[in-house]
Amino acid sequence: MTPKPLDYESLNENVKKVAYAVRGELYLRAAELQKEGKKIIFTNVGNPHALGQKPLTFPRQVVALCQAPFLLDDPNVGLLFPADAISRARHYLSMTSGGLGAYSDSRGLPGIRKEVADFIGKRDGYPSDPELIFLTDGASKGVMQILNTIIRDENDGILVPVPQYPLYSATISLYGGSLVPYFLEEEANWGLDFYNIRQSVAAARSRGITVRAMVIINPGNPTGQCLSEANIRELLEFCFQENLVLLADEVYQQNIYQDERPFVSARKILFDMGPPMSKEVQLVSFHTVSKGYWGECGQRGGYFEMTNLPSQTVDEIYKVASISLSPNVPGQIFLGLMVNPPKPGDISYLKFVQESKAVLESLRRRAQIMTDGFNSCRNVVCNFTEGAMYSFPQIRLPPKAIEAARKAGKAPDVFYCLGLLEATGISTVPGSGFGQKEGVLHLRTTILPAEEDMPAIMASFRKFNDEFMEQYENCRGYSRM
Amino acid sequence: MRRFATEKVKKLILGSFLSTRSPAPSSQLCSSSAAAAASAMGPTQSPPVTFDSINPKVLKLLLYTCTLLLFIIQVLKCEYAVRGEIVSHAQRLQQELQTKPGSRPFDEILYCNIGNPQSLGQQPITFFREVLALCDHPSILDKSETHALFSADAIARAWQILDLIPGRAGGAYSHSQGIKGLRDAIAAGIAARDGFPANADDIFLTDGASPAVHMMMQLLIRSEKDGILCPIPQYPLYSASIALHGGSLVPYYLNEATGWGLEVSEVKKQLEDARSKGIAVRAIAVINPGNPTGQVLAEENQREIVEFCKKEGLVLLADEVYQENIYVDNKKFNSFKKIARSMGYGEKDISLVSFQSVSKGYHGECGKRGGYMEVTGFSADVREQIYKVASVNLCSNISGQILASLVMNPPKVGDESYESFIAEKNGILSSLARRAKALEDAFNSLEGVTCNKAEGAMYLFPRLHLPQKAIEAAKAANVAPDAFYARRLLDATGIVVVPGSGFGQVPGTWHFRCTILPQEDKIPAIISRLKAFHESFMEEFHD
Repeated sequence: MTPKPLDYESLNENVKKVAYAVRGELYLRAAELQKEGKKIIFTNVGNPHALGQKPLTFPRQVVALCQAPFLLDDPNVGLLFPADAISRARHYLSMTSGGLGAYSDSRGLPGIRKEVADFIGKRDGYPSDPELIFLTDGASKGVMQILNTIIRDENDGILVPVPQYPLYSATISLYGGSLVPYFLEEEANWGLDFYNIRQSVAAARSRGITVRAMVIINPGNPTGQCLSEANIRELLEFCFQENLVLLADEVYQQNIYQDERPFVSARKILFDMGPPMSKEVQLVSFHTVSKGYWGECGQRGGYFEMTNLPSQTVDEIYKVASISLSPNVPGQIFLGLMVNPPKPGDISYLKFVQESKAVLESLRRRAQIMTDGFNSCRNVVCNFTEGAMYSFPQIRLPPKAIEAARKAGKAPDVFYCLGLLEATGISTVPGSGFGQKEGVLHLRTTILPAEEDMPAIMASFRKFNDEFMEQYENCRGYSRM
Repeated sequence: MRRFATEKVKKLILGSFLSTRSPAPSSQLCSSSAAAAASAMGPTQSPPVTFDSINPKVLKLLLYTCTLLLFIIQVLKCEYAVRGEIVSHAQRLQQELQTKPGSRPFDEILYCNIGNPQSLGQQPITFFREVLALCDHPSILDKSETHALFSADAIARAWQILDLIPGRAGGAYSHSQGIKGLRDAIAAGIAARDGFPANADDIFLTDGASPAVHMMMQLLIRSEKDGILCPIPQYPLYSASIALHGGSLVPYYLNEATGWGLEVSEVKKQLEDARSKGIAVRAIAVINPGNPTGQVLAEENQREIVEFCKKEGLVLLADEVYQENIYVDNKKFNSFKKIARSMGYGEKDISLVSFQSVSKGYHGECGKRGGYMEVTGFSADVREQIYKVASVNLCSNISGQILASLVMNPPKVGDESYESFIAEKNGILSSLARRAKALEDAFNSLEGVTCNKAEGAMYLFPRLHLPQKAIEAAKAANVAPDAFYARRLLDATGIVVVPGSGFGQVPGTWHFRCTILPQEDKIPAIISRLKAFHESFMEEFHD
């Protein structure tokens, strides 16, 4: 009897190769436990609103008005909506031809792409072309589109940092390419090691891989490090020498928790470097409304900006974008509002700034609380979360724990994380989901639980960890604090 | 085809070492079908792509990389292009009208090329927008002033929906299949529609129906040896998606003489033909109601198709996005699931995927990107893989998910908003039916034009029996005859239609697709301009 087309055996192999741990084994187990009534703290994904962060008021007002334009004509609308939200809603509606319910240009509404270009221009000091900015249903879709354009077959390699956000590894698997890893140096604050990167590239090439692109996540996910200008310059020089397109995932650019290295975009550094580099190095930069202090994950709003790509390439990318018809229009408006927020003097400005600052300052405090908390635990060392939304502590498991994991048929970090989940309800993602050096184990958690819950969460973690370590070792543990 | 790409790379690199620009083969992506497919997609601003002007950049140190982003062959083959000459030209004309009013024999461009109702003046359903606005800005739900602006049942529905969302956080990523409670509501809506149960776990909410189609193609297509049966004419998402995922399109022709009938004997013939060529045919796409063809399948026909899929082990991909757009009394929409279940076929008998969207129907909410696929009849481990692929994108946009649940669960008799809801819905649907009829009659009144009835969906697909002179003129202009006609129509009237080649047609036949979406008050003018143009065209080219 012929197997049916949708039998497991006859599925596309590339689909089977895909792994995305963020919503993988730990998450599914956590969801099961939640159904059974256990209280779960989901720290597996950067999903701020799910952990109590409130949406900013102004954008919600504007989008609500755009959803229901008949409100704009109602004499009572001013009772519920401030005048600047009303005029901004009119502004965005006028950009559409038919409101939120009509497909826009496949690249996004021109008016919003112009707002994004203006934002980039102001941020970087170099003008940006709206024609080279494509809006997408979240940054992830943009990443997938670009990787789909680059990867021809398994001989095409993409340099990806390890540890990385597994969208990259999953997408490379899905499109049948090769992931060429480059390790970030944990002891050097998750820094770049160009010797190692060059070795990786050479090794890949000797296997017949054509290395086409390099991914950099800045600020890093899961690692949180913020690159210096010198770092970025070195990266761009490397891409220039090796003929790589740089894919700059900059979705956490608003999440910076230290002052030594503020965010600088790859594009700005590229243009600072002047010709020939500024005209030659190809760059695609990604941003989103899901992170920062907005945290509007559910809206699926994002964009990518292309630099130094030939127009025919841009046309091809446009063509593929058009298959998805258009990105969702409300998400586009959120993006417009993010790059063009209320200004001093606007009615909503003070409230907007107050709400934004509150979120950012709290994130900064939580980054510190978590780092310190992890460092006070036995056998745990944790680099400071300089940016993004995660903590990625290293867990030094005693040999007996590793043995127990093996007996249970689990990777050691998965074993630990499952134990943590069962004991405390804290749902993390094992480091293996992001990649790590052989034998060095981590877990990723977000810094997103509410500030008032943090002390209890860290105490709960420490209790589990220290008991776990006690259970599995005989000698004294190592602790950074 | 992969060899082709590597050859091209080698040429470019060799060329750069010889310091000459190597001529890459010209891959003119504006073939007529690409152009037509492009026009179906809407306005574009880019000029046509040609391959020979891509810049190969000189390698500095190493032999085997090229600085520019080369395209995968699949991307090249995929012809869902946005560079439709027709639409680019329409946009240029539109600019001209603004800068030089009176320069053309018409005042405005009428885009009849794309199923985008609200861009042509269709109003959204008030109740849906009330609920969405409240879900977007829930902090006003507590305020007394809100009752002055929103209907009570919209407020109640918003509360009810928000209670289904953990933490009432509409800005959070949801479960990767979509919010459970909303899937429950959709499942209940499906069950009420079909009279057979539906399961929330079978539902995957997506950013429109199109991403769901892509997901299924991704799962089903392993190589170019995997084939998917597609109707000809078809909505070019299917051909584009199959090409993008590296598979083979196996065409089956709908029968224009019998109102675009789907004949299983034709499907069987094409299936066997493909198999004899070593193609593993994995699935069949059926669009019901049809796009561009507008036919609504008869129940008997649907039963034959189900039986055929079961026998041949094909996945049935049922594109049912126009299920609410039915304009004739003698036909009604039956989901394929309903038909299969009523034949006694369950999960073990047939693998079936049904696609639905918020973009069509009477709601026309294209820009929201809401939709779902309901997947039944496959094993748990396959379901896991579908979930896994969905999870990489985390989730679809929440507002679209909410809208999908509203579409499948609209106001009921007795609800405060029911009367106005039903008036809006019936108003839109009856107007669509009238416009479908008016345009169908108009097309049929033209010399040398025959047009099947639009029983459903949003399009008419008239056939042009063009005089030989016109065909020769088209040839001389190096365009397909239907593109030639469409271009002339645009230049004379401002009406934008999509040449039939973008959808596929029996070779040697010519059609164009025209939507029924311009507002009703514009239809008489459209018809009279169309008639005037056609008469003069036929006058010019009569044999």
